[in-house]
Amino acid sequence: MSSEAMLRVTELSKRYRVGGPARLSNNLREALTERLRAPFRRAASREDEREFWALDGVSFDLSPGQVLGVIGKNGAGKSTLLKILSRITEPTRGRVELHGRVASLLEVGTGFHPELTGRENIYLNGTILGMRKREIDRKLDEIVAFSEVERFLDTPVKRYSSGMYVRLAFAVAAHLEPEILVVDEVLAVGDAEFQKKCLGKMGDIAEREGRTILFVSHNMGAVQRLCGTAILLRAGRLVAAGETREVVSRYLAGEDRPGYSATVRTGKPQLLRAELKDPQGAPVTRALSTEPFQVHLDYTVPQPAPGLRVGIGLLTLEGVAVFTSESRDAGLTAPVEAGEYTARVAIPGDVLMAGDFHLAVCLWNQAEILDLQEPALTLSVDPGPSPLYAESAARKGLVHIPCAWEVESHA
Amino acid sequence: MPSTQPLSHDSAKAPATPYRLVLEASDGPPKIDLAELWHYRDLLYFLTRREISIRYKQTLLGLAWAVLQPLLSMVVFSLFLGRLAGVNGDGLPYPVFSYLGLLPWTYFANAMTRSSASLVGNANLLSKVYFPRLLIPLSATLSALVDFAIAFVVLLGLMAWYRIPLSVSVLWLVPLTLATAFLATGIGMGLAALNVQYRDVQHAIPFLMQLWMFATPVVYPVDTLPERWRFLLDLNPMTGLIEAYRAAPLGRPIDLGSLAVSAAVGLVLVAIGVWRFRRMEKIFADVV
Repeated sequence: MSSEAMLRVTELSKRYRVGGPARLSNNLREALTERLRAPFRRAASREDEREFWALDGVSFDLSPGQVLGVIGKNGAGKSTLLKILSRITEPTRGRVELHGRVASLLEVGTGFHPELTGRENIYLNGTILGMRKREIDRKLDEIVAFSEVERFLDTPVKRYSSGMYVRLAFAVAAHLEPEILVVDEVLAVGDAEFQKKCLGKMGDIAEREGRTILFVSHNMGAVQRLCGTAILLRAGRLVAAGETREVVSRYLAGEDRPGYSATVRTGKPQLLRAELKDPQGAPVTRALSTEPFQVHLDYTVPQPAPGLRVGIGLLTLEGVAVFTSESRDAGLTAPVEAGEYTARVAIPGDVLMAGDFHLAVCLWNQAEILDLQEPALTLSVDPGPSPLYAESAARKGLVHIPCAWEVESHA
Repeated sequence: MPSTQPLSHDSAKAPATPYRLVLEASDGPPKIDLAELWHYRDLLYFLTRREISIRYKQTLLGLAWAVLQPLLSMVVFSLFLGRLAGVNGDGLPYPVFSYLGLLPWTYFANAMTRSSASLVGNANLLSKVYFPRLLIPLSATLSALVDFAIAFVVLLGLMAWYRIPLSVSVLWLVPLTLATAFLATGIGMGLAALNVQYRDVQHAIPFLMQLWMFATPVVYPVDTLPERWRFLLDLNPMTGLIEAYRAAPLGRPIDLGSLAVSAAVGLVLVAIGVWRFRRMEKIFADVV
């Protein structure tokens, strides 16, 4: 695939500075005085800034029609790779050669405006993604049919349900005709049925039209279904490439085991690691709806932090909070002295319904959020042996509330 | 990301691979890709339409605001400067005189304010998808043109009311308005880029625009100032434009010398603005 690669990534590297050019917090006065003191020095060069390589010498090729999965835990460099391929940011070193037009979907419904109607948003979103107006004119009926929102086409999308919104947004994206499609796991939004439709459409695109796809996801099931090959990123480096099955099993087994671990130290109270464990303390990636499981949070408090609070939130993949919990709920005040700690949060069984969830972790005090990782990790809850799932695994709802039922006869 | 981007430059040499794009760290002066801008003209249209249709959503008066802004200013200035302070209207009824200045000024101020807030306001869009970033401030100034057009109709009404005949040289307003839009976009782009790094800018702009307005002969005639200070007014690129704006519909001679100085200063400001903007564009996603 060497000479006819659709996409060739060579030694791609991206450096970020912590407290570097992203000096938003600094005010104008500070910048001006610094300029005056050293007018000929580049304002960005500072001794105290720390840098890290979000991507570090990554190389791979994509041949036409290939569907490549990109996996790795949070902070491995997946989103940086996507941003470079999408031309949102420039690499620091290395290069990307594209031999086809690229459409990237880092988000569904980019540019959607709640006040505009479905139709107006189709045109706006479509042109944002690079389509021409007449191309959208031609595909409008198809887009509308795919989205299943025909009746509400001239209603402002702020009146849409979140499902309708996502369906419309994806419908536009699905009708792009790029030669290379770069997709973030945005497609994980929406109900399971629509997700299948989207994944199916993506699969179709790749198979029938020979389109090249780069797919980033935490959903190992989807990666295995869609992608023939995969690459695994760890701390900005490519550590495995090959058949999806092998790369995925390496990901699940090794130190890339899904879980959060901090890449940089901020100097503030900070989450270092978040992991999912079974009640015995063994690391797991999935939970059973009927069984309890634990979340272990390793965090650091570099200096005494009065009023420090620690909490978690369980969210749906669309970002709807299922519940939030902090140590104080259980009558426990988090220690404020400097040190490193592990918080163990036990989540009881028979509460969550089967499904995929994001876990957010937050450290904060009354004045500010010190560290918020959302999501810190993604977990799948499988249907456990329960009458709830006796007939089908697709039972609706996020939580299981044991309700009391009575039925009286009026006869 | 463009899905149907125009062919890149080396396509002529290698027709077998019609599309090739290399992404790497870029140095050197930023360039503006006109072919790419042309390809995205539909997006410019829809972005502008979005700006227009959401601006007055959930307002009671809607587009009437486009008329009220310059009209109410005109009434206030006519009352305080025209009546009470007795500022002369350069041979015109003061309301017509001040409206002729306020009309382009309101456009300029709105266009600049909107374009300088545009990058930060669209941060989410800009960090999710690629398209020529220039379209964002451009759509802001274009959307303000609609307000301008509506307010312009009021000018015609005002001139009819005072029985002031409209000269053919009113056609001058077309290039003059384009020049005003150009200036507002250029400076707005520079401020938009600065605003990304220092949000101080958005707080400073209302003051800046107010000061600038009084440093421009919008509500007073140029000859209010002593002769030896007038060159200072000419350094202000809006002076030549506003003066020409006022002269054109009445068929008065346009001071081309003053316009040329304004144009020269304006071009420099626009060049700085575009340059700052293009530099910010590269690191925008990493900074915002």
